[in-house]
Amino acid sequence: MFGLELSFIWAGIIALAVLIYVILDGFDLGVGLLFPLSKDEGERDVMMNSVAPIWDGNETWLVLGGGGLFAVFPLAYATVMPALYMPIILMLLGLVFRGVAFEYRWRTIRGKPLWDISFFGGSLVASMCQGIALGALVQGIEIENRAYAGGWWDWLTPFSVLTGFAVTVGYAMLGATWLNMKLEGRIQAHMRRLAWPFAIATLVFMGLVSLWTPFLNDAFFGRWFAFPTAIFSILVPGLVAAAIYGLFHGLQRHWDLTPFLCALALFVLGFIGIGISFYPYIVPSSLTIVEAAAPDSSLKFALVGTLVLLPMILSYTIYTYWVFRGKIDPEEGYH
Amino acid sequence: MLDGFSAEVLARVQFAFTVSFHIIFPAFSIGLASFLAVVNALWLWTKDETYRVLFDYWKKIFAVAFGMGVVSGIVMSYQFGTNWSVFSDKAGPVVGPLMAYEVLSAFFLEAGFLGIMLFGLKRVGPGLHMFATAMVAFGTLLSATWILSVNSWMQTPAGYGINDVGQFIPLDWWKIVFNPSFPYRLLHMVLAAYLTTALVVGAVGAWHLLKDNQGPASRRMFSMAMWMLLLVTPLQIVAGDFHGINTLEHQPAKVMAMEGHFDSHPEGAPLILFGIPNQAEKRVDYAIEVPKLSSLILKHDLNAPLDGLDTIPDEDEPPVAIVFFSFRVMVGLGFAMLALGLWGGFARWRGKLHSSRMLHRAAIVMGPMGFVAVLAGWITTEVGRQPFTVYGLLRTSDSLAPVSAPAVGASLIAFIVVYFFVFGAGVFYILGLMRKRPHVGAKGEITDGPVRAAGTTTVAQDKSQDMAEQE
Repeated sequence: MFGLELSFIWAGIIALAVLIYVILDGFDLGVGLLFPLSKDEGERDVMMNSVAPIWDGNETWLVLGGGGLFAVFPLAYATVMPALYMPIILMLLGLVFRGVAFEYRWRTIRGKPLWDISFFGGSLVASMCQGIALGALVQGIEIENRAYAGGWWDWLTPFSVLTGFAVTVGYAMLGATWLNMKLEGRIQAHMRRLAWPFAIATLVFMGLVSLWTPFLNDAFFGRWFAFPTAIFSILVPGLVAAAIYGLFHGLQRHWDLTPFLCALALFVLGFIGIGISFYPYIVPSSLTIVEAAAPDSSLKFALVGTLVLLPMILSYTIYTYWVFRGKIDPEEGYH
Repeated sequence: MLDGFSAEVLARVQFAFTVSFHIIFPAFSIGLASFLAVVNALWLWTKDETYRVLFDYWKKIFAVAFGMGVVSGIVMSYQFGTNWSVFSDKAGPVVGPLMAYEVLSAFFLEAGFLGIMLFGLKRVGPGLHMFATAMVAFGTLLSATWILSVNSWMQTPAGYGINDVGQFIPLDWWKIVFNPSFPYRLLHMVLAAYLTTALVVGAVGAWHLLKDNQGPASRRMFSMAMWMLLLVTPLQIVAGDFHGINTLEHQPAKVMAMEGHFDSHPEGAPLILFGIPNQAEKRVDYAIEVPKLSSLILKHDLNAPLDGLDTIPDEDEPPVAIVFFSFRVMVGLGFAMLALGLWGGFARWRGKLHSSRMLHRAAIVMGPMGFVAVLAGWITTEVGRQPFTVYGLLRTSDSLAPVSAPAVGASLIAFIVVYFFVFGAGVFYILGLMRKRPHVGAKGEITDGPVRAAGTTTVAQDKSQDMAEQE
């Protein structure tokens, strides 16, 4: 009786962790994606500095997504990871290349262009792989006898490639609006101009993915056109329209904060849409939230501490963002 | 290229490779985070600029090492699922929540406060900066606590039941977290991390003392490192002994492999100093042994009987030679550290701590040996618990993910190439930072460049410095 609610609470927490990861690391991966579009080394320095104090915390949400899944939905973790073997491993290697660039880039003159490429390339591979992994998961994963039963190339389909591009351009849009908020002068204007095409491309891809998804799976289709979830089908497009208006209007008026918040809102809405399609499955069409959940004693033990720790984490994360708020001063040099 | 190897062997090699690379960075950053917290506190307390120089000097090295630890650690959190999915499904309900707690209580704490520790001094002031530095250090220790609890549970499982689909289910969390080998393993590893850091700090200090034995920062770091070695190495040897006795109680086959005891010794077992284990013939070739000493060490009684691997079924035996040799490497280095600590203490007593060039050279040679000892120790304990992932309950061969050998082989090659390139570059940059002399400038200002120079002025300054380095 109690187990049902516990597993749903946990599904909510994991979904929240993944959402926070996507929007936070989304903009800092986006900064990496935009890196080669600036030809000026000093500009790239401030671009990187805008995320240097926070990227590490952002990526920790990915570890929580993986570690949390392992803890409370071990069966989902044990089936999804082998199914997405290649994109996951490539994503991890991409994150290695971009993560180390934050430090290495400042430790060398000769090697600096190398770590610029590493920062961009790592961000690109990680973004594409996250999008592909999402698409492959939405399509569904073959499971027999508590194990992945498909081949090691099953993840590669036209749909997963589409979601790969969708997530990548979406991250670039987040990155451009973040940099519009954090930077000043020529580079800010440059990023504001770049936000336009990336935002338009993101909307096109979101549209394509939304049109395609209901046809992948009857359940998805039903979900969107049946009560009560159909309420969201009406609400979501309206909110999306508002976010789009805010985004472009803000860019036109040269506002700092609004475009970034509206870009984040687009991601949140997209994420809610995916969540509605998934429910009550954790691995679409193979594994429900209840089936994948660990025993109650695991869920309870993990939940007690999480309810204490998660608010603490959120508060000191917000504090860190507060400490490093405002425009990046190119002269400040951080200490 | 890797044809002929089974997916299991490739997955084992891959995990051994990625986790061995990873452990190097935490082993260093656990100790260095505490060291940074201590020197920052001493700076605030004594207002002695030398401590601030030390903080700024080691902070940059910490930042690079920590970054490498983070990215190699993210890989670990996914390797369980990608390569060991059956283990993940079965053991997830027990070890998963412990790992989730590691992320929630430790990783976020470190990551959240690292930014302030590295870049925030001017923005938050010295008090909150000290707090952030302490939180980073505390986070590294919490992280070690949780992950060692996980590892220890896999070595000495307790407090669990098994459900109808074959999953381990938690029955008593207290017994799971504080399983029998956990306290010993935690103490042994944290002390190892402190010693590893002390050896590195000591070696860097010694390097600069060889060039100029008047530099106050070099003198201070060398002195602190030598104190650490002198005081902690004996503690570590005692902790290691307790850990060994605990292992004898719960994982006797591992100790038999460490000792090279193929045969039982009812009347006191010899300590084999050196030899070449021959597992096929079940004997140690060319053994040099001290009669009854092993019984004395493990049972504290010369004539205590000790069982050998003849009491263990062949299919449950660990690979003896690896365990036997790695254990000797670890113990040998432990005594070398003790010798260095005593030498440092003696030199200090004679007033020659900062002038004994032989001592400084020895400290430089010992600089990387903490890492070697940590790796050797982990190889001993991990290979020694084979052929199981959950000791005695779940075999390694039954833990594997249903991933085909070519996929595991391809990813293994990718990890090897990428890690050697990326972390090789990192080590190169760290050595570059260590080569720079720590010193106080004319007006008590730090003349080193910032960790992250922002904007053109400081970049130019960084450039001219780097060019000066290259000349």
